[in-house]
Amino acid sequence: MTDVDLLIIGGGSAGMAAAIEAFNHGVKNILIVEKDKQLGGILNQCIHNGFGLTEFKEELTGPEYLSRFENQVETLGIKYLLNTLVLDVSKEKVVTLSNKSGITLLKARAIIFAVGCYERNAGAIQLPGDRPSGIITAGTAQKYLNIHGYLAGKKIVILGSGDIGLIMARRMTLEGAKVLCVSEIMPYSNGLNRNIAQCLNDYNIPLYLSHTVSKVIGKSRVEKVILSKVDENRNIIPNTEMEFDCDTLILSVGLVPYNSLLENMGCLMSSTKGPCVNENMMTNIPGVFACGNCLHVHDVVDFVTDEGRNAGIGASKFLLETFNETNSLKISPKNGISYVIPQYLDKNCNEKVTFKFRVRQPIKNAYVVIKSGDKEILKIFKPVLIPSEMVMIKVDAEKLNDLTEDILITLEGKDE
Amino acid sequence: MFDILIIGAGITGSMLARDLSRYKLKVAVIDKENDVGNVTSSANSAIIHSGYDPIPGSLKAKLNVLGNPMFDQICDELDVKIQRIGSLTVALEDEQLPLLKELESRSKENGVNVRLIDSIELKKIEPNISNEAKGALLAESAGIIDPFNLVIHLMENAVDNGVQLFLDEEVISISNKNDVFFVKTNKHEYQSKIVINAAGCNADKIAKMVDEIDWKMIPRKGEYFVFDHFLPKLVNHVIFPLPSIKGKGILVAPTTSGNFLMGPSSEEILDANDVSTDLPTLSNIKEQACALVPIAKQKFNQMIRVFAGVRPTTTRHDFIIESSNKYKNFINVAGIESPGLVSSPAISNYVIDNLISKLIDLEINPSFNPFIKKYHHLSSMNEKDRNDLIKKDPDFGTIICSCEKVSLGEIKETLSRSVPPRTVKGVKRRVRAGFGLCQGGFCSPSVTLILAKHYNVSPLEIKWDKDGSEILLNKVKEIE
Repeated sequence: MTDVDLLIIGGGSAGMAAAIEAFNHGVKNILIVEKDKQLGGILNQCIHNGFGLTEFKEELTGPEYLSRFENQVETLGIKYLLNTLVLDVSKEKVVTLSNKSGITLLKARAIIFAVGCYERNAGAIQLPGDRPSGIITAGTAQKYLNIHGYLAGKKIVILGSGDIGLIMARRMTLEGAKVLCVSEIMPYSNGLNRNIAQCLNDYNIPLYLSHTVSKVIGKSRVEKVILSKVDENRNIIPNTEMEFDCDTLILSVGLVPYNSLLENMGCLMSSTKGPCVNENMMTNIPGVFACGNCLHVHDVVDFVTDEGRNAGIGASKFLLETFNETNSLKISPKNGISYVIPQYLDKNCNEKVTFKFRVRQPIKNAYVVIKSGDKEILKIFKPVLIPSEMVMIKVDAEKLNDLTEDILITLEGKDE
Repeated sequence: MFDILIIGAGITGSMLARDLSRYKLKVAVIDKENDVGNVTSSANSAIIHSGYDPIPGSLKAKLNVLGNPMFDQICDELDVKIQRIGSLTVALEDEQLPLLKELESRSKENGVNVRLIDSIELKKIEPNISNEAKGALLAESAGIIDPFNLVIHLMENAVDNGVQLFLDEEVISISNKNDVFFVKTNKHEYQSKIVINAAGCNADKIAKMVDEIDWKMIPRKGEYFVFDHFLPKLVNHVIFPLPSIKGKGILVAPTTSGNFLMGPSSEEILDANDVSTDLPTLSNIKEQACALVPIAKQKFNQMIRVFAGVRPTTTRHDFIIESSNKYKNFINVAGIESPGLVSSPAISNYVIDNLISKLIDLEINPSFNPFIKKYHHLSSMNEKDRNDLIKKDPDFGTIICSCEKVSLGEIKETLSRSVPPRTVKGVKRRVRAGFGLCQGGFCSPSVTLILAKHYNVSPLEIKWDKDGSEILLNKVKEIE
């Protein structure tokens, strides 16, 4: 069995950043395992621009963004395997790989999971009506279009105003397809504001908020999609149907961290469907780390890269330093905050810790408060918080070192 | 001229085709679908019922009990997954206990071995069962099966033994001259001495092409939830509530691939092609199933698909296996609803022994081979065997479906067989590519391209399922 110091599962933006950062921190025996035929993950099919604003202060396309990291991987001589799937990872960190040359077992001293996420689909949302051809998730339609050169639809209704759905509305329109509308079950969009403006408004594509698909009609291919208005509990309101003659329903109804391997290892999972991690991105299994969209779904790839680096540094600390395992403090979201990363804090932290979280619903003029027991660590005013934009708050290590009680992150009104 | 022409390549038609290939007969099967077992036979509970439930004396009771034990040999010969996990019919209220007793005596009358167990034993063998459960009827002979590959492998074996299969052909008329049937489809006309109508939900239409019938089809739709595979198991047995007039009720069961099924509802419908699902029905299924297995409520974040199947219920409410009044050599095998799957080997024997044998000489086909060439099931192979296989054929190392870990080699293998998939759904039903968590989100483009390459056509021609279900509509920059 071959040994490797650090095995990184997934060669997308999280995995590459983790590898580069770990290498730069002294870990040299690294292997990236990528299931696709190239590094870069989903960025390969994201040919639109808007990537890299934080990272490089310029607007890059997905392939441009990924190539900057791919080049570093090549330059540093970090090893990677393409067309290779991880079949299994044991608790002892023995990894089973499958590719054309056979089944390989590797023993890793540390593992970073950077496997990304998958798209919620028709089954998971119990999409009502027929199940003909022409119901497709936005990412799959994007792959067909941008990688293979085929259009999965000509007259299209899009359900869900997540970013991929919005991007695909514009992309399909540019290819000559007619996007009739985007329907969003929530009373607000789940996409970035810039995407609403650039992908819908610029092309006069209507966005119906508080609307969902109440029925799909079509025997072989989608023929009609019926939208209905929903009430505040997301229940369909009768007699509010709008009928659209179309051939395709594109679903952009959420992304879910893809973690069956971690679950099988008995990893402690969180409400994000990703694992629970500490500030080093380490899970409850020592030496097993996670970052990127398999930890929680990001809206901006630059933040994925940043998190990947965090995991790379965490893994290098684990491999090269004595990593004192202390009783971690638990970090919990409360009062309007849907989740927070990290979920645990190692009290020996000696750098800034970034708290990442999302709010459950849009909120104005609120204070984000971080407390440990009764002790307030931080209070920051935020004029606007929306679920589609992840919030990051950096906290100095000295404020966290002496804490003894679990940490809460919560929202408080302006007057409180 | 065929000796026997079977209309319908579902479980009934496929089982008959294979059994008839045991004899020196010229047999053909026609189906309007582009794959075998594509309608009712692929959308059901996949249960090998014990036979505790059908009314004693009915054909359903008789053939279910005869069919059940035949499956071990069939599955061994045809490389089909089966697990005899047993079924539990659960009483949730004290008032239901006498009904369990009644079921027990019905089972005995049907010749089925069952045992009443109390709530303590029930909880022991089925820890996730509701705490309200008062007792259950355990039928150990009940099991679960892979219903897709059962039909596909039956037909593969039939074709390997000389049966001719014509897919994508819909029968439009049947006439009879001098005791020979002329079966006209949208593509050809076939002649046959004997016709077997195994047309599932369309059996009434086919039957009426030759004679009047005294029964009516009242198709009943059943909706289901499918859950991902996970451990520990949601349930160890097939869990039934007490049966009612509408059927065996909403069950919770594992599948042979480790998934879990919940359903079916039971709704009379007018259009037998209606396999739509709706939220009120699904939430009713959820409620009833969770009454049996309360923990299931927490597993809905692992629910991956909803589907519906249509049962070919008739006004006779029993299997109809008889010659038409007008022609002894036109045989209706209709109303094969639950327990049709488990009864199918016995139905086939019944048709051959009681009807066909009186119409035509049955001479043994000495070259009949009951076995199909075994498939490679990577998931159940050890590392060494898997490595050896990849050394021989590297495609078995390239994983196409990462959720279900299906290799390119397995897809190519199924494409090389005598009843190969033509559609993305056909690949899915055979090797499970696209059956997992992401439901083909990641692998369906690859599968589409593999099919296009294999059949040497443009990806634009590859269908998801039926005619008109092409996945891709244009190459880029081609819309006028």
